[in-house]
Amino acid sequence: MSDVHGNVIEAEGLTRVFTGRPERGTRLRRTRHVAVDHLDLTVAAGEAVGYIGANGAGKSTTIKMLVGILVPTSGTVRTVGLHPLKERRALARRVGVVFGQRSQLWWDLPLRESFSILAAIHGLSAADERARTAELVGMLEMGSFLGTPVRQLSLGQRMRAEVAAALLHRPGLLVLDEPTIGLDVLSKQRLREFLVAQRREHGTTLLLTTHDMGDVERLCERVLVVDHGRLAFDGTLAGLARTVGARRELVLDLATPGPDLTDVPGAEHVRSESDGLRQRLAFDPQRTTAAWVLAAVAERAEVVDLSIVEPDIEDVVREIYRATR
Amino acid sequence: MPPNPLRNPYWRFLVAGFRGQSAYPLATFAGLVANATFGLLKGGIMGAAVDSSGGELAGYSAATMAAFVWLGQGMLGSVNFWGGSALQDRIRTGDVAVDFLRPVSVQASHVLTDVGKGLFALLPRGLPSVVIGVLVSHMALPGDPATLTLGLVSLLLGITVSHATVYLVSVAGLWLVETRGVAVLYMAVSGFFAGLYTPVYLYPDWLLAITLATPFPAMMQLPVDVLSGRVTGWAAGQHLAVQLGWLVAVLVAGHLATRAGRRRLEVQGG
Amino acid sequence: MADRLRAYRTVLVSRARSQASYRTSFRLDLVGALLVGVIELAEIWVLYSATDEIGGLALAQVLLVFGVADLAFSLADLVAGHCDKLPVYVRAGTLDVFFLRPQPILAQLVTSDLSLRRIGRCLVGATALAVGLALNDVAWGLGAVGLLVLAVLSGFVIFTAQFVTAAGLQFFLVNGAEMTNAFVYGGRYAATQPATVWPRALLVVFGTIFPVAFAAYLPVSTLLGAPGAVGLPAWLGWCAPVAALWAVVVAAACWRWGLRHYRGAGG
Repeated sequence: MSDVHGNVIEAEGLTRVFTGRPERGTRLRRTRHVAVDHLDLTVAAGEAVGYIGANGAGKSTTIKMLVGILVPTSGTVRTVGLHPLKERRALARRVGVVFGQRSQLWWDLPLRESFSILAAIHGLSAADERARTAELVGMLEMGSFLGTPVRQLSLGQRMRAEVAAALLHRPGLLVLDEPTIGLDVLSKQRLREFLVAQRREHGTTLLLTTHDMGDVERLCERVLVVDHGRLAFDGTLAGLARTVGARRELVLDLATPGPDLTDVPGAEHVRSESDGLRQRLAFDPQRTTAAWVLAAVAERAEVVDLSIVEPDIEDVVREIYRATR
Repeated sequence: MPPNPLRNPYWRFLVAGFRGQSAYPLATFAGLVANATFGLLKGGIMGAAVDSSGGELAGYSAATMAAFVWLGQGMLGSVNFWGGSALQDRIRTGDVAVDFLRPVSVQASHVLTDVGKGLFALLPRGLPSVVIGVLVSHMALPGDPATLTLGLVSLLLGITVSHATVYLVSVAGLWLVETRGVAVLYMAVSGFFAGLYTPVYLYPDWLLAITLATPFPAMMQLPVDVLSGRVTGWAAGQHLAVQLGWLVAVLVAGHLATRAGRRRLEVQGG
Repeated sequence: MADRLRAYRTVLVSRARSQASYRTSFRLDLVGALLVGVIELAEIWVLYSATDEIGGLALAQVLLVFGVADLAFSLADLVAGHCDKLPVYVRAGTLDVFFLRPQPILAQLVTSDLSLRRIGRCLVGATALAVGLALNDVAWGLGAVGLLVLAVLSGFVIFTAQFVTAAGLQFFLVNGAEMTNAFVYGGRYAATQPATVWPRALLVVFGTIFPVAFAAYLPVSTLLGAPGAVGLPAWLGWCAPVAALWAVVVAAACWRWGLRHYRGAGG
């Protein structure tokens, strides 16, 4: 049940090093890959945390250590107060996990059988199983494909089923590893709405790894940025934008090609295109405005057209990487 | 300008099959361990059988029986007694339509590739089996270059007959699509009739007659006997003739079946 | 407790139903397995018909050995044969899903499937056993029945344990998966033979490490009062449960070892 007191996740100095076998054809030396590097993480009950980072940054490895699939090389971790390695089975009753790439359902059986098997695994009474399944089927609109073998489901249908399967036993913590990957826009939206509602009604703690900034913006109040196994940022999304000093970009089309406008006060010349016919200037909206930059440019050249580019969250993240390198 | 033989596509298929076998050292070693274990067990029981028959059993001495065991084990990686093939998968998925569009014989390309793979397997599996056999037993070996030559030719023929026969199972897929039943049947009987477990000459007369009416002995029993030197001279020549006869028969059958199958595919629309 | 068993039962029932629903291929597999068993029996029959005795056993006696061994192995294959899918799960990453459930990983692996088609094979072993019992001069009594039951049960445990051992070793072997065939399927083959014909190296392997000699040959020797191996006591067949226990110990160790390696806990 979701009556978790205290911190749901507590990790200190969490480290995981992989010593790989030497590959064929390369020098016979063991490779040492630090997937997670002294990560400190605390998640309180009811939080919604987004865990973002490039591929290979250590997100999946962290998840695996949280639920007891992998053992840390050093450091400690407690999930819902339990030791993932020693108390794995007790932990499995309190946590729900959705792997975007791997299915927890029984591939060639009808979907409803997966639910009944899981209900049996988690020891739900027959009445409880019926009620809970009906509830989830209703909320996620799965009624039309309950009888379909899982392998015949579309990705969108399958992801809904995976989330339902992970929530069947009412865990207090829901961990999702790239859940919206490959989903169409509508499916993503419905899944996000469901998760938001789930949090609102049951206070489920959410830990979400994703590439998709839309997920983070809609679902999470807190953002963790991990880079090469290390935590590069831990705070709110807005704070992230602020920390990195997100800039807006002014794209100017000039009347005639000219030299790079590098001496515009308050603005930084990013690049010129078409021999200086189009120039991009970046400025910090906290310090100056587009109008002032435009005015300064007008003193130096004739502007024919302009547009303003908002920073992408991805650009923001890239900025952090650059800032921390 | 005469065509360069090395650019002949059929030669290339053979070479590709030969080269395509990735030899992970651990996998090769693992296969060898399994192979050696079975060889030791087979050698034990067959050797005891020869002993309790007073040193000679159905024309086999202790030495030639040991050769039967270890040469047979060595051949296992090169012949196909389980009845499945890449072509069957391709037929199942429909990819075979692509094969028919190519300007090469479907039969030749698949059989040659498989034979190439089989020949390659002689290196990690065949030779070591012979080495182990020599080390643990007094197995018979070819005594002179003539016997060895005949034996190697017989070996090549046996491998080819094996893959060409499996091709018949595969090509049945052009009608059946799902060839698993036929493959299962093939797996059950092929080894039995080829002399995988015991020499077929131990079978009672009626069973032996049936066995020799099939192409299976040509795949393993005959080559092993020629290579070990148990059968020499004219008898060895006869063995090779039998193998050749079966090879021709199986290839012709395969060719006709492929043609009919291709026509069927075209009618069906692939 | 009943709750937990219910979970396993639900999976097994589901899988059984799903297999039976693929009528044609199921029947094919069934017939195929039966055929393979018949062929193996034929091989034994041919070999022992060509001579008077091999390794101290005549045809009638080896039929009994084969029957016990094959029946025990087929039952073990039925229950645990699919454990050889472990490398597939590891490579696909689907093994990780097992960790998310509140059940032991091994239990999930063993109950993940039920190879119903192996039932065909069980028939062969059972038939050979029945024929062997009929052909031999067995001193029937409680002891004989007890010994037979003990033999089949112990054999079942030994072979099942070997499937588990093989699975545990797969965590290390990765590409070398075939190595386990040596004792899993080699063990089956060896169990149908009189242990007296084994080369010395294999006597150690199949007599002690993977003790398949205790699955059929030794109990049957004791049952029939056959001479058995030189220098070994005639009652050795009764020690089959000890061998089974040892096999379980080996299996448990290999499984734990392998699982620890997978999770990176001290490996």
